[in-house]
This record gives sequence, structure tokens and C-alpha cells, in this order.
Amino acid sequence: MSAQFMQYLLTGLTVGAIYALLALGFSIIFNASHVINFAQGEFVMIGGMAAVSLTAAGLPYLLAVPLAIAAAALVGLALEKFAVEPARGASVVTLIIITIGASIFLRGLAMLVWDKNLHPLKPFTGDTPIAIGGATILPQSLWVLGVTLAIVLALSWFFGRTLLGKAMLATSHNRLAAELVGINVRMVLFLSFGLSAALGAIAGILIAPITLTSYDVGVMLGLKGFAAAILGGLGSGMGAVVGGLVLGIAETMSAGYLSSAYKDAIAFVIILAVLFFMPSGLFGKRGGERV
Amino acid sequence: MMLEVEGLCSQYGRIPALKGIDVQVREGELVALVGANGAGKTTLLRALSGVQPVSAGRVHFEGADITSAAPDKRVRLGVVQVPEGRQVFGPLSVEDNLRLGAYLRSRAEAALGIERVYAMFPVLKSKRREPAGALSGGQQQMLAMGRALMALPRLLLLDEPSMGLAPKLVEEIFACVRALKAASTTIFLVDQNARAALAVADRAYVLETGRVVLSGSGPELLDNEQVKEAYLGL
Ligand SMILES: Nc1ncnc2c1ncn2[C@@H]1O[C@H](COP(=O)(O)OP(=O)(O)OP(=O)(O)O)[C@@H](O)[C@H]1O
Ligand SMILES: [Mg+2]
Repeated sequence: MSAQFMQYLLTGLTVGAIYALLALGFSIIFNASHVINFAQGEFVMIGGMAAVSLTAAGLPYLLAVPLAIAAAALVGLALEKFAVEPARGASVVTLIIITIGASIFLRGLAMLVWDKNLHPLKPFTGDTPIAIGGATILPQSLWVLGVTLAIVLALSWFFGRTLLGKAMLATSHNRLAAELVGINVRMVLFLSFGLSAALGAIAGILIAPITLTSYDVGVMLGLKGFAAAILGGLGSGMGAVVGGLVLGIAETMSAGYLSSAYKDAIAFVIILAVLFFMPSGLFGKRGGERV
Repeated sequence: MMLEVEGLCSQYGRIPALKGIDVQVREGELVALVGANGAGKTTLLRALSGVQPVSAGRVHFEGADITSAAPDKRVRLGVVQVPEGRQVFGPLSVEDNLRLGAYLRSRAEAALGIERVYAMFPVLKSKRREPAGALSGGQQQMLAMGRALMALPRLLLLDEPSMGLAPKLVEEIFACVRALKAASTTIFLVDQNARAALAVADRAYVLETGRVVLSGSGPELLDNEQVKEAYLGL
């Protein structure tokens, strides 16, 4: 393996882990409601920007990070409560349009609360690159990979081992039967917005020290996360992770070996290719319910 | 009176499906509901579980007005349904399906319940780790019934438990219904197999296009000329 390839691979995995976190957020909300939440990228922005403001105000990371995540989760819960819940019973397309509206609103609000500038966030543990097999990796990238791994493990424990997690899965498979066993399916939807928002915020905080953050980072990241989710198969946790990593690596490789001009196009090509040739993605099951 | 339904109406859009239903179930009774396809049997059971909106009328359960109670509140009170078409959680394991049946019950109640269900349906125990979707139709019906029993029902609503099953399995399901009755579970049973349903029932109602047109004891209705002609194919 050449050092250059190794370098692209490490960078790709880092970006891919961020996409995976976003894709997980898309999938969790999709499972609860069959809605594609196009405001998912805004949670990334809120997490990153809130962390920037809170650390600038002098809070240590140990306080700023949980607060920034909580802030985004609250926005996610509010989005469900005040925008999605009142439209209960409306078609899925209507709900998706509501999330698009919410994303535009949140971005506008962020521009007012903060500004239009790019903001740096200090890396968690310094920025001395670490050498691995001829390539180098930033300590922050290790944070990205480590935290993503921990989250994936925590989520698979939650959905595979806890009653609440199983209830959320059951709701996504059969809403009527879930109601009949006494699962409060509205609560499930509410929780899934909070959980997805927290995941998005974590992604935003992890990546901000590497790429900087601003009021509109959510647009492109949201799109990439969506591409990763449909590549893996919407609704599949495993698919979200694999889709995110594949997209991240594909982007970095094509930027490295072809031209960086193609980097962002990869996500669009993947979206179109999946929709045309493989509508249920790599790990998806439900073919017919795509919007 | 355990369940008291008065003047219940429900519609799909602007098309009425229930047009003023009066039904009563006493504690410990097995009451059957028979009627042709589209009569509104499923709609009534779904309204009783709170998953189908009602436009008029009242539902009382053990003295409490539950007309507009949320579905989970009714399950907590003990109104539990085995839905038409089984509706198991296909990708989840048999045991997870059962565990979710006791979603509102304590861990201890769930553990006891699982043992009880496995004793009743040993085949479920042998397939406990398999996905529910991989079971045969009859086994899925057992799982759906087991899942409902996990919720510790005071009133069990059974919607077409023998639908689409081979005669031998139909017999098995009805044996299970009789066993539940013998264990003094109150049951409200819908079945397209009117003869078998009336034979096990203490009392029964006949539903036609959203209205109750006849009621009486099981044997009475089995003997009724109208019922014989319309539902027993005599
Ligand atoms: N989701 C629905 N949307 C519109 N109309 C419906 C819907 N479900 C049922 N109906 C109509 O309501 C009426 C009652 O249906 P319901 O399913 O309650 O009948 P049923 O007695 O359970 O019939 P079956 O023996 O076929 O199960 C029927 O005319 C049916 O066409
Ligand atoms: Mg029916």
C-alpha cells in the first residue's frame, strides 16, 4: 500500500465516519416515520456553532460539548413537537416539505444568531499529526473515528438489547401492532428526532476542528449524509455506517487520484445511481416505500 | 358489566363503517361477533383498541369511560387485541415479539408471562431465537396470541384468529380459545368461521353493514334460521 493511498484512506475514513453519523440520523427518523428529515444537516451546524460559541465564552470542552449536543437535541425535539407532530396524518411528502422548510428556517436563524463567517474550533487534544505507515493522521481524526465507533456500538446495544430500542424497531416494522402492544408511537417519533439531532450535533462538533464550521455547513453535509443513507439502504443501521464510509473513501480517492473538482459530485452520482439501479440500497429491505 | 359500547359510530373518510353499535361483554364471558366480509367487525375491534377514530358513541371498560383514551392507556387497563392478519414484528425474534407484548408490564411479569406462553405453545419456545417472519402461518397466529397474553389482558379481543389456517390448525386455535375461556379470560371473538365461533360462545352478536342485527346466546343463534342461511351455509 503506497503512503499516498494510505493517506487518502485515512482521510476518507474520517470524513466517512461523519457521513455515517448523519446517515444514522436519517435512518432513525425514517424508521420512526418514513420521513426523510432534510433538516438533519442543520443539527450538525447547530452542534458545531454552539460548541464554538460556548468554548469562546470560556466554557471547558467537558461542559461545552454536552451543552451543544443538548441544544441541538432540544431543537430536534422542538422540530418534532411544533412542526411535524401538528401535521400528523398528512402525507409523507408533506412532512418532508416541512423538514425542508425547517432547515431553511434554522439556517436563517443561525445566520442571525451568529454570522456568515467561518469559525474554527480548537482540536480536542492538539494538532500534532501522528505518523501511521508513511501517512499521517490528526489527533482530531482519531477522535472522529473513536467516537463514531463508540456511538455505533452504543446504538447497536440500544436497538439490539434494550426494550425501548426494540420498541422503536417494532414501531418501524409495524406501527399498528406497536400501538396494540401499548407502545406510544408518538413518543417514539419524538425520541427519534431528539436522538437524530444529538447524533448530528456530535458529528458537527467532531468535524468542526478539521473543516471549520459556519451557519451553512449543514447543506452539503446533510446532502452527503442523505447520499450515504440511501447508498446503505434507508433505515438500515449497518447500511448507514457502510454507506458513510464508502462515500467518504470514494470522495477522497477521487479527489486525490482524479481531481478535487469531482469530490462533491460523487454524492450526487451515488444518489442517482442508487435510485436508478438499486432503489433499496446495499442493506435496505423496503423497496416500494421510497419517496 | 366489563365492556359497554353504546351507539358507537366510525367512518373511513365520509363512508360510515359503524352506525351506532351497542354491545356488552360481562366479566368471564366469551362473546362472539359474526358477520359477512366488510360488515365492520375489524373496525369495531380497532375502535375498541383506540386505533380507529370514532365519531359518536361511548365505550366504557370496567366503569371507566375510555372512548377517547390512547391505545397504550387501554392496553394498560387490560384491553388487548390480537389483530387480523397476525401482524407480528417480522424481523424481530419470537422472544422479542413476546417481550414487546409485555411492554407496559414489569420485568417480573414479562418473565412469568414468557414461561406461560411457552408452556401453552411449546413450538414457540423451540423457535424463540428465529425471526417471527420465518414462522408458518399457524405459528405466527400462536405468536400473535402469545404476544397479547403477555400484556395480561382482562379483555382479549381476537380478530379472525383462524383465518387462512388449515383445518387441523383451526381446531388447535379454537382449543386454545376454549382453554383461555376455562382460565376465565374474558374474550370478544371475531371469526369468519361462524359455526365454530358460535359453538364456543356464551353469547353472540350478528353484524350487518355496521349495525347489530341480531344477538343472543351461542346455541340460540346456531339454531336461528336467518343465521343458518346467511352464515352457516345451511
Ligand atoms: N382502511 C380503510 N379505508 C376505507 N374503508 C375501509 C378501510 N378498512 C375497511 N374499510 C371499509 O369499512 C367497512 C368495514 O370493514 P371491516 O374491515 O371492519 O370489515 P370486517 O367485518 O372486518 O370484514 P372482513 O371479514 O373482511 O375482515 C368495509 O366496507 C370496508 O370496505
Ligand atoms: Mg375483518
